[in-house]
Amino acid sequence: MPVKLNKEGTTLVAFLSGEIDHHSAIALREAVDGAIKLVKPERLEIDFGDVTFMDSSGVGFVMGRYKLVNFYGGTVVVKNASERMERMLSLSGIEKIALIEKRDKAV
Amino acid sequence: MKEAKTNEMRLVLESRSQNEGVARIAVSGFVSTLDPTIEEINDIKTAVSEAVTNCIVHAYEDTVGKIYITCSMHGKSVYIKIKDNGCGISDIEKAMTPLYTTKGDERSGLGFAVMESFMDSLRVRSVCGKGTTVYMKKNISGK
Repeated sequence: MPVKLNKEGTTLVAFLSGEIDHHSAIALREAVDGAIKLVKPERLEIDFGDVTFMDSSGVGFVMGRYKLVNFYGGTVVVKNASERMERMLSLSGIEKIALIEKRDKAV
Repeated sequence: MKEAKTNEMRLVLESRSQNEGVARIAVSGFVSTLDPTIEEINDIKTAVSEAVTNCIVHAYEDTVGKIYITCSMHGKSVYIKIKDNGCGISDIEKAMTPLYTTKGDERSGLGFAVMESFMDSLRVRSVCGKGTTVYMKKNISGK
């Protein structure tokens, strides 16, 4: 499974890796939603640091997770998205609902 | 003016979601002979992924049909045609509007916006009940 889930207090961190498209997003969604329903996090961090490819399915993935986390009263943070991913995310205006943290410069 | 054709690839894939990755790899492999930058390759991979996903999610929905991909090179320009014989689009203008989707929460409604943003040109032809063809062009600057 190209996602590692970590619970840190009331924060749930989802480290995604590999390619995110409509095909792979189906399994990602199931795994992450399972954890969200269990943890009901105040903050969901979606980390794109190890993602090698993403199309607009990745944007849909963030939007879908926002809806679920928001249902439990939590917030969503997008981390380590590449410039290309940020460009796609901004086409959706997602920064209005999710916080986008800049990529670690150290990498 | 369009330069003479220097290379061509034709590919037929079934509309199964695992073929989204296959289409990306095939097209990027074909384009790689022009020595594109990583950015250019990624632009093309993303646009192809969007067009093929549309065929799977919309054109053929719950059925399996064929997706016809034709790539040709004319000098440093790559022309990509992605065609299906699916349901067609009743209102292309609406379908191309960013964030518009008929598929609910998990689809962003950005497919055409992404193709438009990452390619140098995009044209869509569609006939209801007959299918849709997407034409895209990318100019390769090379490394």
